[in-house]
Amino acid sequence: MQCQVCKKAQAKVHYTQIHENQMKKVDLCDACAKENGINDPASFALTEIVLGLGASKKLEDGGGAPGNAGSEVTCIHCGFTSADLKKSGRLGCSECYGTFAEALESLLKNMHKGTQHRGKVPPNARRAIDLEARILQLESELKAAISREDFESAAQFRDAIKVARQPGAPV
Amino acid sequence: MTPILNFLIPTTDACRRSGPQDKIVFSSRVRLARNLRGAPFPGHAKKVDRVKAFDQLMPAVSRLPQAAPDPYAESMDKPTAQEKQILVERHLISREHATKTAGSGLVLNQEETLSIMVNEEDHLRMQSLLPGLQLHLAWKAIDEVDTCLQEQVEFAFHPQYGFLTACPTNLGTGIRVSAMLHLPGLVLAEQINQIIQAVSKLGLAVRGLYGEGTQALGNIFQISNQQTLGESEQEIVERLNKVVLQVIDHEEDARISQLEKRPNVLFNQIGRAYGILSHAHTISSNETMNLLSLLRLGVDLGLFPGTPRTLVDELFLLSQPAHLQLGRVEKLDADHRDVVRAEMLRQRVKGVSTPDHTKTTAKTESI
Ligand SMILES: [Zn+2]
Ligand SMILES: [Zn+2]
Repeated sequence: MQCQVCKKAQAKVHYTQIHENQMKKVDLCDACAKENGINDPASFALTEIVLGLGASKKLEDGGGAPGNAGSEVTCIHCGFTSADLKKSGRLGCSECYGTFAEALESLLKNMHKGTQHRGKVPPNARRAIDLEARILQLESELKAAISREDFESAAQFRDAIKVARQPGAPV
Repeated sequence: MTPILNFLIPTTDACRRSGPQDKIVFSSRVRLARNLRGAPFPGHAKKVDRVKAFDQLMPAVSRLPQAAPDPYAESMDKPTAQEKQILVERHLISREHATKTAGSGLVLNQEETLSIMVNEEDHLRMQSLLPGLQLHLAWKAIDEVDTCLQEQVEFAFHPQYGFLTACPTNLGTGIRVSAMLHLPGLVLAEQINQIIQAVSKLGLAVRGLYGEGTQALGNIFQISNQQTLGESEQEIVERLNKVVLQVIDHEEDARISQLEKRPNVLFNQIGRAYGILSHAHTISSNETMNLLSLLRLGVDLGLFPGTPRTLVDELFLLSQPAHLQLGRVEKLDADHRDVVRAEMLRQRVKGVSTPDHTKTTAKTESI
């Protein structure tokens, strides 16, 4: 039996798990099993492999926006490339999430419950997020004021947004 | 003895720790993944960057009030390969971390309830490990550690994606909540696959802790969350806790129904397990795990009055390769290990009285 990941070596590790009500069987060679942490039952998640395979396919299919088809994206902060991402399913640095945002989007949607973080927030990020929320709120109020032709309020909201956008603005 | 072996709690004491629901739940674990802002993740970092992260994190982590007093704090080139394996068998480090050397580190508190890996797949992998079902407490403990560290170091964080991790499967909360369960009743009643399916539908994963494929050696299963982004830590912990409580109920029911419907089958299996464990002269790891599971079930059912469950738990640990190798100069090969394992088991099970099925307490009270 052939390894499902590299499609070269003989599959020696066979793993079955029920995922979303479906039996998934994965046959891997020793090297690919090791690479996917399958020899580590404590950290291994089959979904990682299943989704990981889907993910690399997705990256191949939609690789690059129209116009730069075939061109490889590289993270300017750490030198990680889209090929590295495809190969490892991992990222090189925190900035990579910006660099590969497009490729990651659908992947994350399939992988997680949502694509907006709803957990713990560090104190300094909390301030930035609160500010962002405030600006969003002001913008929607601005829109509403314009649509009801209340230009006086609209001007106030516009000014408030300007103030909020200034660096070091109070929240 | 070397520093780490000296530091670790003796197996007997380690297994004697108890917690709520520990008849069915071995342990509860909550792990958080964190990374330094602006630094490349360990897997992609050059040696200088890895060392820089190590030098920044090790002092901060080893001085955590939660790790006090006198934690073990060492670079991963200090313990030998065998000692690292001991740490893996005790669930204190991951297999991946056992392959690390200089540039990676480990901080462990004396109770072994807090373990922090530096430069594993992420800059920090911090876990709280408690006996029995104590997921909320484990979360609280590791949350405090994380909050404390956030006052000293800046973690990579994105307003939409949350805490940024090397692998997108950990993104957001970076949390992995898991419980390790002993489910012989559900396996004997052939209900385990139904349970696994039901639990998977909730976005949780169930897998055997030992062994490959569908077989779960020793009937030991781990239930953990798969998704880390899009819900809060509390929601994840609560959902897992609820599911584990339900699985416990099903396991209790399965044990009672097996006892009512097929007492001979049950007593036969437990009796044979006892016979082999106390008389074998060579025994594989796989067989040992499965027989120990039956012995543990026998203890739960009251067939071995005077034998504590913790003895069986210790045997699970002592049967693992690195623990068998402990204190021996010559390197054991697989065949020799099976002989040594059988010898250890004969000796330890010798003190256990023969199973007495008339003593079962199961019918009168909840098992
Ligand atoms: Zn392969
Ligand atoms: Zn990068």
